[in-house]
Amino acid sequence: MANKISQLLTSLSLVLGLALVAPLAQAQVNPTQQSVNEGALLEALGSGGNVAGRISIPDPNAGYLIKPDNKLWAALQGDTLHQISIWAVIGMVALLALFYVIRGKIRVDGGLSGRKILRFNTVERFAHWTLASTFIILALSGLNLIIGKTVILPVIGEGAFGTLSAWGKIAHNYLAWPFMVALVLVLLLWIAHNIPNRVDLEWLKQGGGLVKKGVHPPAKKFNAGQKLIFWAVIAGGAALSYTGVMLLFPAEAGTPADWQFYQTIHALTAAVLSAIIIAHIYIGSVGMEGAFDAMGTGEVDENWAKEHHSLWVEEVKGAKAAEGRTQPAE
Amino acid sequence: MARMKFLCDADRCIECNACVTACKNEHEVPWGINRRRVVTINDGLPGERSVSMACMHCTDAPCAAVCPVSCFYTTDDGVVLHNKDTCIGCGYCAYACPFGAPQYPQTANFGTRGKMDKCTYCSGGPEPDMSQAEYVKYGSNRLAEGKLPLCAEMCSTKSLLAGDGDIIAEIYRERVITRGYGSGAWGWRTAYGETVTV
Ligand code: HEM
Ligand code: SF4
Ligand code: SF4
Repeated sequence: MANKISQLLTSLSLVLGLALVAPLAQAQVNPTQQSVNEGALLEALGSGGNVAGRISIPDPNAGYLIKPDNKLWAALQGDTLHQISIWAVIGMVALLALFYVIRGKIRVDGGLSGRKILRFNTVERFAHWTLASTFIILALSGLNLIIGKTVILPVIGEGAFGTLSAWGKIAHNYLAWPFMVALVLVLLLWIAHNIPNRVDLEWLKQGGGLVKKGVHPPAKKFNAGQKLIFWAVIAGGAALSYTGVMLLFPAEAGTPADWQFYQTIHALTAAVLSAIIIAHIYIGSVGMEGAFDAMGTGEVDENWAKEHHSLWVEEVKGAKAAEGRTQPAE
Repeated sequence: MARMKFLCDADRCIECNACVTACKNEHEVPWGINRRRVVTINDGLPGERSVSMACMHCTDAPCAAVCPVSCFYTTDDGVVLHNKDTCIGCGYCAYACPFGAPQYPQTANFGTRGKMDKCTYCSGGPEPDMSQAEYVKYGSNRLAEGKLPLCAEMCSTKSLLAGDGDIIAEIYRERVITRGYGSGAWGWRTAYGETVTV
C-alpha cells in the first residue's frame, strides 16, 4: 500500500515538475525569433509579389503593405511609354513629309472627268465622321496626358494646364462611348468589303501604285492598304475600348497590377493607331487629289474611281447596267 | 534642412489604430479615405507584426514620375506634396505608389475620380501656410507650427517615429541593439533605396 502511494506521489511530482519546467523552457525561447522580418519578406518575394497582411478597414486592397514592383511600372509609364508615343507621332509626320517632298500630291492621271459616282452613302459618312471626330479628340486629350506637361504646361502655367487637362479627361471619358458605337457601326458597314483576297496580293506587290506615277493596280471598293487600315482600326479600336473601360472602372478591373497592364496596352495601342491614322488623314486629304470627296460629299470623280478602284467601278456600273436591263425601255 | 521620414518600429506597434484615428481627426479626412493604416503581417501566427503605413515621401517619388499634370512637388524637408487644383484624378499615382497611399474621395459616373488625397506629413499644400484654403484641401499644417506629424507624436508606444531621417534611424538602431532584435525599417528599401543597418 505504502509502496503504491509512494509510486503515485513520484508520478504526480513528475507531472507537476514537467508542468512547471515547460513554461520555463518556453520562456527561454526568444519570442521574436520567429518574427516576420522586412528584409527576409522582400527577399522571398518573386517578381510581382507584395508584402501584405490583414487590415481592419473594409478596403481589402489596403491590406497590401509594400508593392515594390509598382516602381517598375512608374519607370515604364513615366519614361518608356512617353518616348514611344512621342516618336511614333513625330516619326510618322516626318515620314509623310518626306513622302510628300519626293512624290508630291497623287494626282488623277487622266484628269477629272466631271462625272460623279456615289461612293459612300450618308450612313457610311455619318459612321466615319463620328469615328473620326471622337478619335481625334480622344487621341489629342490622350496625347496631352503624355507630352502636355513638357510642351503645354511651361507655356500656359500650372493652373491653366490643370483646367485644360481636367476638361480633356472629361472629354476622354465621355467621347469613348460614341467612339465605340461608331466602331461597331463601321465594322458592320464595311466588313464585307474588307475580307482579304487575291487582288490584294497583286496590289501590295505593285506597292499600291503609291510610289510610281501612272501605276494603278486594280482594286475593289477597298484596296489592300485600306483593308490594312480598316483592320488596324477595328483591332486597335477594340483593344483601346476594352482597356479603356477597365481603366474607367478600376474597382471592377482588379488590382493595381491589372491597372498597370491595361494602361500599358492602352498607351501602346494608342501610339501605334495614332501614327497609322495620321498617315490615313494625310492620304485622305492633302496626299491625294479627289480622295476627300469620297467622305466629303460622298461622290467621287469617275476617273479617280477608275484609277484607284477599277474593279469597284466595274461592279457599280455592272449593277447599274443589270438594273437597266431588267427595266423595260419606255 | 532636415530630410523628413517615417519609421515604424513594428516590434513596438500594438495595432491600436490610434495613429489612423488621430490623422483622420486632425485633417478632417474625407469619408472612405485612410491616409494612414495599420497592416498586420502573419496575423494570428507566432511572431506576427503590425506596421503603420502612410505615404513614405519617397526619394525620386514614383507618383511624381507618372503624374501627367506634374502636380507633385518635394518640399525642402523632403516631403512629397501635391496640388489638388491641378490634379485631374487620373489615378496614375495610385497605380505607381508602392504603399497604396493615393486615394480618391468620390467616384462619379464613368469612373470619374475626385482629387487625389494622401498623407501630407502634416504639412499642408501649396496654399499659404496655415490658411483656411490650405486646411480645407489638405488639413492642418503642423510642420509650419513647428510640430511633427500627429500620428507619430501621439503614438503611445513610440513605435511610429517621424522626424529627420538620420535621427529616427539612429533611435531605431539604438533600440535594436539594446533589445537584440528588430523586424526592420518597413518600406525604407522601397521608398529610399536604403535601410537602417544595425
Ligand atoms: C480628319 C481626319 C480624317 C479624314 C480627312 C479622313 C478621310 C477619309 C476618306 C477620304 C476615306 C475614304 C477613302 C476612300 O474613298 O476609299 C476614309 C475612310 C476611312 N476612314 Fe477616315 N478620315 C479621317 C479620320 C479617320 C479616323 C480618325 C478614323 C478611325 C479612327 C478613320 C477611319 C477610316 C476607315 C476605317 C476608313 C475605311 C478604310 C479606308 O478608306 O482606309 N478615319 N477616311
Ligand atoms: S509613398 Fe506613394 S504617394 Fe508617397 S511619395 Fe512614395 S509613391 Fe508618392
Ligand atoms: S490622380 Fe492627380 S496627382 Fe495622381 S497622377 Fe493623376 S493628376 Fe497626378
